[in-house]
Amino acid sequence: MTEPRDTAVAPETPVPVVDDNGHLIVNIGPSHPSTHGVCRVLVELDGEIVVKAEPIIGHLHRGIEKMAENRTYLQVVPLTDRLDYVGSMYANWAYCRAVERLAGIRVPERAEYIRVIVCELQRIASHMMAIGPAGADTGATSAFMYTFWQREMVVDLFEALCGARLTYNYVRPGGVASDLPDGWIERCRAFIAQHPAAMLEIDRFLFGNVIFRARTKGIGVLDAADAVAWGATGPVARGSGMSWDLRRDDPYSVYPRFDFDVPVGSRGDAYDRARVRVYEAVESCRIIGQALDGLAEFKPGDIMAEAMPRLLAPPPGDAYDHIESARGSLGVYLVSDGSVRPYRMKVRSPAFCNLALLPLLAEGHTLSDLVVILGSLDPVFGEVDR
Amino acid sequence: MAGIDDVAKALERVPGGGIILTSIDAIADWSRGYSLWMMPMGTACCAMELIAASFSKFDFDRHGSIPRPDPRHTDVMVVAGTITHKMAPSVKRLWEQMPDPKWCIAMGNCAISGGIFYYDTYSVVRGVDEFLPVDVYIAGCPPRPEALQDAILRLREKVRAESVSPGRARTIESILPLPSDAPRGSGGDAE
Repeated sequence: MTEPRDTAVAPETPVPVVDDNGHLIVNIGPSHPSTHGVCRVLVELDGEIVVKAEPIIGHLHRGIEKMAENRTYLQVVPLTDRLDYVGSMYANWAYCRAVERLAGIRVPERAEYIRVIVCELQRIASHMMAIGPAGADTGATSAFMYTFWQREMVVDLFEALCGARLTYNYVRPGGVASDLPDGWIERCRAFIAQHPAAMLEIDRFLFGNVIFRARTKGIGVLDAADAVAWGATGPVARGSGMSWDLRRDDPYSVYPRFDFDVPVGSRGDAYDRARVRVYEAVESCRIIGQALDGLAEFKPGDIMAEAMPRLLAPPPGDAYDHIESARGSLGVYLVSDGSVRPYRMKVRSPAFCNLALLPLLAEGHTLSDLVVILGSLDPVFGEVDR
Repeated sequence: MAGIDDVAKALERVPGGGIILTSIDAIADWSRGYSLWMMPMGTACCAMELIAASFSKFDFDRHGSIPRPDPRHTDVMVVAGTITHKMAPSVKRLWEQMPDPKWCIAMGNCAISGGIFYYDTYSVVRGVDEFLPVDVYIAGCPPRPEALQDAILRLREKVRAESVSPGRARTIESILPLPSDAPRGSGGDAE
């Protein structure tokens, strides 16, 4: 073994064990298998009942927004990959839309169709990482095996498309990095043909499971008014019966051309939040099918806006654009001072806003349910901490 | 399986079969190398590939590498992802909770040097070897699960070469290709 170099690692902040009310303080994380990343939760317990749960974030704060100020517009795209690492395509797209709005770039329609296809595939891949762990949090590890297999198929498609399994850097300002490779459309069609049946199977064997239902139904109920008040978006809001989807309600790109439904839950508990994702994955398959059909109308290779400069220098001003990511409304705000680097980048992260609901939802539930509630919010800490 | 062949060389077969004679340290080293349980210190993107590694497509259970979230059960810490200054004390504490002998794999560029987050940021530790003794480094952002597999196999060779009994370290013929084995100019460049 090599000897470690001598550096000062700051000691952790000590936490009292019992507070003045006789409540036990339990520290969960930042390394805990059920926190879905590096989340630390300080929980105040009365017996087994959660009195207060306080998420402590920032363990993955990498300063991406600050770093963007020292990168050119194109160099920021790989940084956005690392925001939401379960769904990299979304951050790519949200950032590129903000740049395009700032610089007034018109994206070719073929590129827009490809963006829709990859982002809907990404939604499937990302939801598979939410549904599977929702089962694993309640002890049903086998469901995770099934969903992860579906995710691997999507990852294989992305690998054929851009060579990377996780950090794609595929959506670029002005279009996409490359056209679809030969045979990709057929592979994609084969995937979406089998996916709804696989989701039906998950729906039967995870969501019909007695233990899973007992562990998730009525747990962490979020009513629609609270969802609005706390700024929840995505499946978390839709699980509470709030029918809000940017693809339909603030249409962007070529989404108005597609026919799809927005699944909505009714009770707003952990069960509904997880189940909404299953049906969203099926709806994504419908969108991908229509987009693949529509792709035939456009000339292959027409994937990048015309006369894109090598070094983008948008005129001074600011732009905000948002898309519906797998976690909710993902927005990017850019300020330009006319130079080749952004003056300021701000990411409106849905995972951050949804995680803020944890103290509200966990109160009054047992400690074991806290894990289920946290899993149902599906935070990705790259995006929470940025 | 050259790994098992190596053990076979150290064994003496009694004519007639059924009984083998070996030294305690040879069999201990062999078995230790084949059950490297992982402490998955997954913090960021690389954690996804770490999860993928233990699922059906790559299935690291067949290497005897089972992820255990409890540091007290594990032999090798896989640091997968960016370590920030806020996270570093927890990683160090978990490392100290792991029982000896223990090894460390730095998975991905962030764990090696900070990677893409080396420049222009104020919160990232520039490589986990600032405070942990790293045995194997895997490059990539993120590395593929196959690269992690390669790291586990290399670590296995290292573990088996370091003997449990002091002063009995042995050299093991590597079954894995080394970068120096490749002829010059054949680095996979398309000519």
